[in-house]
Amino acid sequence: MAMLDVTKLSISFGGLHAVDDFNLNIEKGELYGLIGPNGAGKTTVFNLLTGVYKPTEGIIRLDGKDITGKSTIEINRAGIARTFQNIRLFKDMPVLDNVKAGFHNHYKYSALTGILRLPRYREIENTMDERSMDILKVFDLDKEADLMAGNLPYGKQRKLEIARALATEPKLLLLDEPAAGMNPNETAELMETIRFVRDEFDMTILLIEHDMKLVAGICEKLTVLNFGRTLAQGVTSEVLSDPAVIAAYLGE
Amino acid sequence: MNEKQNNHEIIRRMRRKSLRNSLLNYGIVIVVFAIMQTMIATGHISSLLKGLLVPLCVYVIAALSLNLVVGISGELSLGHAGFMCIGAYTSAFFSNVVGDSMPDLPRFILAILVGAVFAGIFGILIGIPVLRLKGDYLAIVTLAFGEIIKNLLNVLYVGVDSHGLHFSTTSAMDLNMEPTGRQIVKGALGISGTPKNSTFTIGVVLIIITLIVVQNLVNSRSGRAIMSTRDNRIAAESIGIPVTKYKLLAFSVSASLAGVAGVLYAHNLATLNTKKFDYNTSILILVFVVLGGIGNMTGSMIAAVILTALPEMLRFLNNYRMLIYAIVLIVIMLFNWAPASLDFRSRMRERLWKKHGSDAEGGR
Repeated sequence: MAMLDVTKLSISFGGLHAVDDFNLNIEKGELYGLIGPNGAGKTTVFNLLTGVYKPTEGIIRLDGKDITGKSTIEINRAGIARTFQNIRLFKDMPVLDNVKAGFHNHYKYSALTGILRLPRYREIENTMDERSMDILKVFDLDKEADLMAGNLPYGKQRKLEIARALATEPKLLLLDEPAAGMNPNETAELMETIRFVRDEFDMTILLIEHDMKLVAGICEKLTVLNFGRTLAQGVTSEVLSDPAVIAAYLGE
Repeated sequence: MNEKQNNHEIIRRMRRKSLRNSLLNYGIVIVVFAIMQTMIATGHISSLLKGLLVPLCVYVIAALSLNLVVGISGELSLGHAGFMCIGAYTSAFFSNVVGDSMPDLPRFILAILVGAVFAGIFGILIGIPVLRLKGDYLAIVTLAFGEIIKNLLNVLYVGVDSHGLHFSTTSAMDLNMEPTGRQIVKGALGISGTPKNSTFTIGVVLIIITLIVVQNLVNSRSGRAIMSTRDNRIAAESIGIPVTKYKLLAFSVSASLAGVAGVLYAHNLATLNTKKFDYNTSILILVFVVLGGIGNMTGSMIAAVILTALPEMLRFLNNYRMLIYAIVLIVIMLFNWAPASLDFRSRMRERLWKKHGSDAEGGR
């Protein structure tokens, strides 16, 4: 069964069909790319998948479960986590606490337990610290655990966002332009990290990216969007040599 | 294995830092308490200052509670005097009704709980509709709430007789009580004859309890959820944190702590009326929080003490009093927020604690 199964997804804002008849099928463990020119509707697709927008039409199934029209919070609990095109970290919290916030729904104790510092508080905090450090280490952020997230350099902020998303223990990870603003070295390193995350956490990943080198380098399959419509879909090498795709990117 | 220990070292360092910040606040309160008690015992204290001790505790608690909303939850409340008012009235009412049928201390403890619970309930009632909204709505609604509560209590008459409680919003005559009945809430005259249970010691104990509640809440799973909604609401939702629930938690805990401040205030005066609980007081508490450094508990306490005591201490200056007061406000503001001052303080702190990193700012 497909990890993510999207059928006939559409949304219109007034008369504008931002996404129209969008279909997507991602198998478990796949690394899938969503590309297209600016304004093609890629981020809108992410916002539909994560419940920020409610679709006008269509069905979204995650691991066989219908999650169409659910709230962002419910969808995250169902197993989709994301990063943002413009980084959205908890800037005035330490790096470690950003990841611990991600564990919110997995390690629980009540506010009262926290205020009274019952034994359960220490026990769960210890586990959370331990697990958070494990995730931070994957992204080479463990040495900066006590820094404020806002003080991290740009590239590390992007990584921390992925780390935080992973802490919610998702089935599907959505990355919105993870390499934006990175230099070629950082991008190469990021590609390694994304691959590592897929293998290590057995993760299914859908990513939006403009960097063709990254897309061609790590994505097994691609969907190309243009003006809200699907232009091409399939195995990466085939899609990238499709004349229609080249035309959309380079002009005719 | 070496790597693993390194992890632990960072976590230990973070825990030590947060523990030190918390202990610092308890320490300051206890040291000031000890100094004051010594001064009282040796008679080195003016009657003016002595009379100020309980109000100081009231404002410190109010400032700490408001800091939970403004600094930690990132919302603006302009109606904290309203929650103090609820706490003050419900507890004074309780103490008057119970009267001498109960020993002082247990009655006062119950009164504190009554004030805290009622203020908390009102916090939830105000918070449920308003905290769903974004932006300045909360400020406007809380401002209105404070004034509405004040005006409602101004026309409220409550009496008690053998049939139970009687309510009226017109006059004492409309209570229709038995001749033996006792009028408790007298409209604009408020509640009189409240037992004077508030002492400096109890005030300090309540400050410590407030600090424990606020600091332990901030350093817990719920506190992280509250702060994450402050820093980035969209991101918080994306990792499954129910934003409204945690904003409501912070708001209602804060309201109930403000209620405790109100209880302390009410049991320090023979006559309680609503005059003191207007928006000026709400703004004053906000000034404590802003001057003390938003989110900084130590700063809130210090600002509350200085700004409450100062106008009284400066009485001898007569007409220049408010001028000096204003200058002090500006100086504190500069000390707290001017970049040069921030820089200077972080360097001093580094030297004191011998540690690195520029994240040492703030005493959360």
